[in-house]
Amino acid sequence: MIHYYKFFCSRENLKGIRDFVTSVLRNYSLSDVEINQMVLAVDEVCTNLIIHSHKCNADDSIELSIKNQKDGITFEIIDRAAAYFDFASYKHPDLKQMVKEGRNGGVGLLLVKRLMDKVEVEYKDTQSTWRLYKELPFQAPERV
Amino acid sequence: MEISTSHEGSMHIIAVNGDLDASSSIVLDRAIAEAVSASKHNIVIDCNQLNYISSAGLGVFMSYLQDFQDKNISLLLFGLNEKVMNVFEILGLDQLLTIVPSKEEARMLVNDPLL
Repeated sequence: MIHYYKFFCSRENLKGIRDFVTSVLRNYSLSDVEINQMVLAVDEVCTNLIIHSHKCNADDSIELSIKNQKDGITFEIIDRAAAYFDFASYKHPDLKQMVKEGRNGGVGLLLVKRLMDKVEVEYKDTQSTWRLYKELPFQAPERV
Repeated sequence: MEISTSHEGSMHIIAVNGDLDASSSIVLDRAIAEAVSASKHNIVIDCNQLNYISSAGLGVFMSYLQDFQDKNISLLLFGLNEKVMNVFEILGLDQLLTIVPSKEEARMLVNDPLL
């Protein structure tokens, strides 16, 4: 089953994104911590796109889909008017250095990498597609 | 998200209620900045009603750590639920920040007598 959600590029819509992801994941046998980890990963990617790719322009929109597979779940986030971002070249920030410099941002993608089992970003003709994959090793059937 | 502030002994308590994300973290940032401006030296964050935190919220705490160390200001967090605590642990921030289970333990750390 695939669950779709479309949202406009405003920070105020982050809560709605989280509520949507949570409501889908509640159909699986997952703990609150496991659900929160996936919600957080999706939130971080969407936040980055809203702020950095769309400069919080609420006229722009992004699509999110959640697809359950045999052994896991894939979150696909499609930005059809994305600013180019080279995820392959993304380097982990040094947390101690960030603290020393008093920086307040830059750990979102690090969280995404740590929370998900696989992260892919495809960029083609101004469209970026983020695929976040999480294994569900303990057979978490969708209750529909 | 809502923020409320109170004082108990030498503790300046900032209670966070709701979700701390990229749309709301500025409110907490302001509350901490105001406490610093008011020369508060024991800033205690009550997380009992904190439902969610993203990197934007973590960033607020991270941005003050060095400055607080330099100015000898203590920053303590208490009352984190399991999923919020897990987010701090994923990045190892639980090792950089002082996080305690309850207000009573925060009070002991700042050496305040029981009220």
